[in-house]
Amino acid sequence: MLEVIEASGLATIQDLGRSGWGRFGVPLSGPMDAFAFQAANLLVGNPFNMAAIEIGGGEIELRADQDCVIAASGAGCSLSVYTWEFSLWDSCLVRAGWKIHLKKNGAGMWAYLAVAGGFDIDPILDSRSTYLRGHFGGMDGRVLQSGDKLKIAKPKSSLSELSARTLIQDARPAYDESPTVEVILGPQNDCFTGESIKIFLSTLYHVSTSSDRMGYRLEGAALNHSGSADLISEGMNIGAIQVPADGQPIVMMADCATTGGYPKIASVIRADLSLLAQCTPGKDSVRFRETTVEAAQEKYRTMMGKMKNGIVNSE
Amino acid sequence: MKPKLLPLGDSALLIQFGDQIDLEINQRIHALDALLRATAIIGIIETVPAYATLLVHYDPLMLTYVQISDWVNAEMDQVESNATRKPRRIEVPVRYGGASGPDLEWVAAHHHLSIADVVHLHTDQTYTVYMMGFTPGFPYMGKLHSTLVTPRLDSPRLSVRAGSVAIAGEQTGIYPIDSPGGWRLVGWTPLCLFDPSGAAPFLFAPGDEVRFTVEAIDA
Repeated sequence: MLEVIEASGLATIQDLGRSGWGRFGVPLSGPMDAFAFQAANLLVGNPFNMAAIEIGGGEIELRADQDCVIAASGAGCSLSVYTWEFSLWDSCLVRAGWKIHLKKNGAGMWAYLAVAGGFDIDPILDSRSTYLRGHFGGMDGRVLQSGDKLKIAKPKSSLSELSARTLIQDARPAYDESPTVEVILGPQNDCFTGESIKIFLSTLYHVSTSSDRMGYRLEGAALNHSGSADLISEGMNIGAIQVPADGQPIVMMADCATTGGYPKIASVIRADLSLLAQCTPGKDSVRFRETTVEAAQEKYRTMMGKMKNGIVNSE
Repeated sequence: MKPKLLPLGDSALLIQFGDQIDLEINQRIHALDALLRATAIIGIIETVPAYATLLVHYDPLMLTYVQISDWVNAEMDQVESNATRKPRRIEVPVRYGGASGPDLEWVAAHHHLSIADVVHLHTDQTYTVYMMGFTPGFPYMGKLHSTLVTPRLDSPRLSVRAGSVAIAGEQTGIYPIDSPGGWRLVGWTPLCLFDPSGAAPFLFAPGDEVRFTVEAIDA
């Protein structure tokens, strides 16, 4: 078991989300930086979908009451265990009684803490992800707080086998405070003037402070609709960029609604979503570049392949 | 008209049947949805039917866009000859008016109808659940009898009680949980629409047919 001593910011339990319930209007949820989340699980020998802790713009301190192996990943935090500092993207052994501290440090928004075996929490609608707005999933549908006890499921391999592993540098995302992320235009790019598409693909957009787990609101040159800014509602996906009447784009993130009624000018590709997610609202900015579905899917396959092949012993 | 296939990013395919709220188009979507669900191939994650579109989420590590479009195209050829979908029919008992439906009187006055007329028009129709969204378990149903087409509230209520039966435009819906809402509240049902930890978490599914019955009319 890991007991929460103190937590700040948005510390929640997430797995890969609530697939299969979108038709009933249930948001997917899951990690904001799905790459970092999956890498953390892989580092401790877990399947990709095991429940782990996500820390958004805050810190968490925990105490282990049993020996376990953990790994932290993502950005915006540094890790200390007992009296030692560890790098993110490493797994390490934690002895019973030791403290684990993910401290706010450096650029970036979302960090992950996975434990070998995963956290043993009852699923709601097939998932352990926390959906804060719906008040369900994870730890009673809320953020983690002091006193929470997180049960650890039994890992499949021995702890010594799982500790002291790392994800090679080349396989990690190239986080940046001003990333260029690739997008696939459509499906409603024809709802915008040609000039607006050009502006969209060439302007720097600032990530607004009103961004959250539902969506990243961007501020920059307004995009003009060639007709109405209203659509009858249709299905939506993480990464989709909706543009309401004010012309300021909103990128749909993990907790986004399952359907939406604004034209979607483009979608951020999976391989680049982590780069956008790690932008700090109110500080960082993003630029968009067009790509094709084929190229995007190839890039994603390469990225995930590198992750799977990139775990090595660090000693 | 042959539906259009479009990519929504690199992990979803949008099947576009039209661009209006139309019962016949919507029913074609539910027929295709049922077929795709019955024949789903590995790599298909889920489908989300909406008014005039069906969104297919897929895993780009398992399927390419070309593979999924080919599959959907092949399935779509089957659906025309396979239009014998049997929707579930769900009956919803409603207490109309009073504290249960605080806007019923306004709706009646707005249309120069009696309260009994409004209730009759609302219960005399079989509705289709076009799609679900807004909050988990909220059914968008249509269409209302043309006499009952009613504008939304000018400013939404901050809190609408779970179970409230409401109308807006050509549609009727039920709030599954306490939430803000801008639709006109005509009644309330004791049925539970969303129980996250229940064996059947949702009362409705997209494509269901729904009828309202009168439990009481309060003054």
